[in-house]
Amino acid sequence: MRGIGTGENSDRKHLIQLAHGGGGRMMRKLIDELFAKAFASDVSDAESDAAILNVPHKKIAYTTDSYVVDPLIFPGGDIGTLAVNGTVNDLSMRGARPLYLSAGFILEEGLPLEILEQIVQSMKQAAETAGVKIVTGDTKVVDRGHGHGIFINTSGIGIIEHDLNIAPSSVQEGDVIILNGDVGRHGIAVMAKREELALETAIESDCASLAEDVQRLLAAGIEIHCMRDLTRGGLATALAEIAQSSRKPIEIEETAVPILEPVMSVCEILGFDPFYVANEGRFIAFVPEKDSPAVLDMLKRSSVCETPSIIGRVVPGKSPFVTLRTALGTTRVLDLLSGEQLPRIC
Amino acid sequence: MKHLAEYRNPEFGKSLYRKIHEISTKPWNIMEVCGGQTHTILRYGLMQKLPEQITLLHGPGCPVCVTPIEYIDGIISLSQRPNIIVGTFGDMLRVPGSEENLLASKSAGGDIRLLYSPLDALQIARDNRDKEVVFFGIGFETTAPVTASAILQASRENLNNFSILSAHVMIPPAMAAILENPHTKVDAFLAPGHVCTVTGTAPYQELCAGGKVPIVVTGFEPVDILQGILMAVEQLEEGRHEVTIQYSRAVRPEGNPQALKIMNEVYEVVDRHWRGLGTILGSGMAIRKKYEKYDAANKFDVRFKYRDSLVNHCGRVLNGEIKPIECPLYGKECTPEKPVGAPMVSSEGACAAYYHNSERVKAGK
Repeated sequence: MRGIGTGENSDRKHLIQLAHGGGGRMMRKLIDELFAKAFASDVSDAESDAAILNVPHKKIAYTTDSYVVDPLIFPGGDIGTLAVNGTVNDLSMRGARPLYLSAGFILEEGLPLEILEQIVQSMKQAAETAGVKIVTGDTKVVDRGHGHGIFINTSGIGIIEHDLNIAPSSVQEGDVIILNGDVGRHGIAVMAKREELALETAIESDCASLAEDVQRLLAAGIEIHCMRDLTRGGLATALAEIAQSSRKPIEIEETAVPILEPVMSVCEILGFDPFYVANEGRFIAFVPEKDSPAVLDMLKRSSVCETPSIIGRVVPGKSPFVTLRTALGTTRVLDLLSGEQLPRIC
Repeated sequence: MKHLAEYRNPEFGKSLYRKIHEISTKPWNIMEVCGGQTHTILRYGLMQKLPEQITLLHGPGCPVCVTPIEYIDGIISLSQRPNIIVGTFGDMLRVPGSEENLLASKSAGGDIRLLYSPLDALQIARDNRDKEVVFFGIGFETTAPVTASAILQASRENLNNFSILSAHVMIPPAMAAILENPHTKVDAFLAPGHVCTVTGTAPYQELCAGGKVPIVVTGFEPVDILQGILMAVEQLEEGRHEVTIQYSRAVRPEGNPQALKIMNEVYEVVDRHWRGLGTILGSGMAIRKKYEKYDAANKFDVRFKYRDSLVNHCGRVLNGEIKPIECPLYGKECTPEKPVGAPMVSSEGACAAYYHNSERVKAGK
């Protein structure tokens, strides 16, 4: 079983024990010395049962997500960066300015403290970059063998400071679809690490906060109709879902979607379709034609990724499908997957 | 890996289309044998721009599609025994046996590992000496040599907790069976490039001469397949039938002698049942008596209850008699979410390739 590390760090003092979740001194110490220290802010209060938030807006966005990635640490990030950025990005995709997160930890007995510390530090950094505060949290410890080292749940609150309804229902015929960079990196980076694939070129996850980019677009008055981050199921799934919910057909140019060579190569070998591979720092925005040059221009100056492109459009018609136009001039439909992609045999 | 872009070069692709259009004068049915090729054809919509008179038939070369139900039932029953770790390729997990699939057995507590190679199973066996590790050896001449080399390695290490349930089969006897089918429409074959890297072209010479069909050993990229089609049409239009190699960057006429030697050392040729296609003479690879301690069927006394597929439509799809969309179950009772037949499961299965890439829309779902 590939579980939590034990080898070098077998000194019991350096491992998570059941008592770390037992409500007594050991738990207090873990909270004070690790979580409260890393996540300290004007609103976080480790002594109380709940954080009091001052949210001076009528409209707030609220979301939650759980993170169970294997391996815990991968090229370009770890479960901590994912747990912060994932929830920040979900808020951002509705056009909210992310403000506050909660963080619930389910730790497995025997987890090296060193790993937990590294993950908490990643969360601290990711939260600072995204401009959010982690204001409340929870820790539970489960018996060895009943977890996978660490599971994290984060929920987040953001404020809506504009009058747009950023959702599939706002998608309009003629909308231009802009993608903020190359796709497929996160899924391949995590899988390569998990399966110990020996790659010539290391592929790093694209895990990043999209909050800053989205806030810049909103501040510039871009009329964003819909946004979606390309997590599980990748670009194809995001597009197919939006086509279905908006009941509008979408056409995509295959050659306009950037994919790094090493990502493409791994996909070829394993029989994966990079359009369906997960990302953690990529999104698509549906905007009116008039706004597309400004969006491209702003995203080119992003700190997350500098290769945005127009990948397609919402076209006239009634069938809510995504059609991909290939380089050969042929077409195929990008459909929802039935389950996970599994590696092919030959 | 710059070559990927090269083999998808749209200009070259378009020029191949032009040539195919120029020389095609009659209706021809060309079968691509390998599921990987079927997948590329559907993924890139290659049929859309072919001349109307050229029909592509999709062949039986989908390894999980043709693995017999009784072997899937066999590996499922092994996975439910205590103290056994089962290793398998990913695609196989979802294929229905007579009652359930390996994923269901995994959910029910079976220790089933998704592996990329039987050599990974060997390592699991080394690391778990107190357990039995069984690898489900499926696929054609592409995967069979690796399974064979795992057995040889286990034998060298005297590793006693490792075995293989071998359902390996060979492609040329299946092509011969298709030609012998009185309903066959096949005028030419695109032979599977990866299989031919191992076998070379020798097994195809007899098929070509006996069946009077052109056979073009073809690769898997869009441009490979278009070039393979062009080479087949050229022969058909000129009334020739030869074995030619389109996939020359990987295939040598003599194949891979080392891989052939290993296969011959470990396996003997037997008749084997193919799911949906019935028994094909001389198509199976069984583990020789010399290595029987690594044969899971022998070691655990697996009883195979022969069941022919209830769904005869799958067989008709697999030997090119009908297209997936002509199957009455396609997109109705049989979908990737709830597959009735194996070709709806794997990405290399013709039905799944149709369903995912376009034809669902046309089927009006």
